[in-house]
Amino acid sequence: MNASSVDSAALTAATEVEPRKIVEIQNLSKWYGSYHALKAVDLTVRLGERIVICGPSGSGKSTLIRCINRLERFQEGSLIVDGVPVDDNARNIDTVRREVGMVFQAFNLFPHLTVLENCALAPRRVRGLSQATAEAMAMSFLERVRVHDQAGKYPMQLSGGQQQRVAIARALCMKPRLMLFDEPTSALDPEMVREVLDVMVDLATEGMTMICVTHEMGFARRVADRVVFMNEGRILEDADPTAFFESPTHERTKAFLSQVLSY
Amino acid sequence: MDFSVQDIVDFAPDLFKGAVVTVEITLISMIFALIIGLAVACIRTSTLTVLKPPAILFVDVLRGTPLILQIFYIYYVLPLAGFALDAFTAGVIALSLNYGAYLSEVFRSGIEGVAAGQREAAWSLGLPQRQIMSLIILPQAIRAVIPAAANYFIALFKDSALVSVIAITELLRAGQLLAASTYKVFEIYTLVALIYLGISYPASWFTAWLESYFRIGKPPKARKPKRAAKASGPVMEARP
Repeated sequence: MNASSVDSAALTAATEVEPRKIVEIQNLSKWYGSYHALKAVDLTVRLGERIVICGPSGSGKSTLIRCINRLERFQEGSLIVDGVPVDDNARNIDTVRREVGMVFQAFNLFPHLTVLENCALAPRRVRGLSQATAEAMAMSFLERVRVHDQAGKYPMQLSGGQQQRVAIARALCMKPRLMLFDEPTSALDPEMVREVLDVMVDLATEGMTMICVTHEMGFARRVADRVVFMNEGRILEDADPTAFFESPTHERTKAFLSQVLSY
Repeated sequence: MDFSVQDIVDFAPDLFKGAVVTVEITLISMIFALIIGLAVACIRTSTLTVLKPPAILFVDVLRGTPLILQIFYIYYVLPLAGFALDAFTAGVIALSLNYGAYLSEVFRSGIEGVAAGQREAAWSLGLPQRQIMSLIILPQAIRAVIPAAANYFIALFKDSALVSVIAITELLRAGQLLAASTYKVFEIYTLVALIYLGISYPASWFTAWLESYFRIGKPPKARKPKRAAKASGPVMEARP
């Protein structure tokens, strides 16, 4: 008992100093035809970190996080997720996708399945859980995002904010080690943005490793450990929120911030 | 040119037998056509590059030649290569292949019409490719193409009359034979037309029902009461 508590104390101390790298992106380049979408991007994310990626449209933010779970291919560089290289190896891609959750701008819930079925599907089919176990787990995550009372409904019967919270629950049901958010509030009515951000803040508080592409600067200020600013396929800025908002180093960042924050 | 009840009584048994054959040919051919169409559509939307050219060739050949020629070909030419078929089988094969080719295009449009985000969401959850197809893409694609597929179903029912050319006594040929022996063409062909209509018209109600039954995201209560009761546990409450 004593020894083990010492061990775990030593472990936490060690992980506090240097939590393990969950995403390692090195020199990553991507082209769409002749269009150079990502230009030699380097980014490292450690376990437990909350990263917010922002930047003007077309800057490559979405493309970058979509490379992490191989929704997009890249041509140069390397990308390692929790020790697994994301390459052409189908098994590696499957492994990474099982461990990385993603939330999309357009929710992308399965319209022919109920809310509960949406959430229980992957745990059953990919993790091999029984239907009862998967549904119980789905229900507990739906409760956490406060849409459990809609479990029997179809996505189309829900509001945008509810749908996005279901999408978050669906991703969480796979017990991911990393969550990717691709502009999760951009398709929402203003009054629904808050309920989704609240859920994301909860998640961040519980220690989930997350990478969020978002324009919600208030969210970035509140929960991000680092804010990454992208422009024209490059990372221009990678700093803690205070430094990022108070003293950005690039002119382009200043211009962007003055645009986003001026309203 | 005057209908008598006696005519109807006289012709009814033969025409009824013919109608049964017509319905049999239609249903059997439709089942095979759906299977062929789905398989070809899956191949054409998959990454199986080896199978794609034959699938495309199949569709092009069957859409590019007359159905009646295909019927002749299967019945008269295949025996020369050692595949002797009885008329019924030959007719069913011809109709199945022909409508399979058309239906494959219907299914393909349905599969390609499913939003890209659906695939991406399924990928991001780690679902294997085969399950993405069977659990996510096809259920949505098939629902979307029910109206178009139903159209082909009704067209197939009427085109089944073409197999009369290889001496299958379905409804039309049953009428022809009666007409040849009695010369009561008006009475007979009118009756034949009414029987076709009497079958195809309710079939269009059925397809309308099918369409509404499988409409995506309909309130479960209106769709399937049993399932709604199961899905709504004690925690369920109506949204205002």
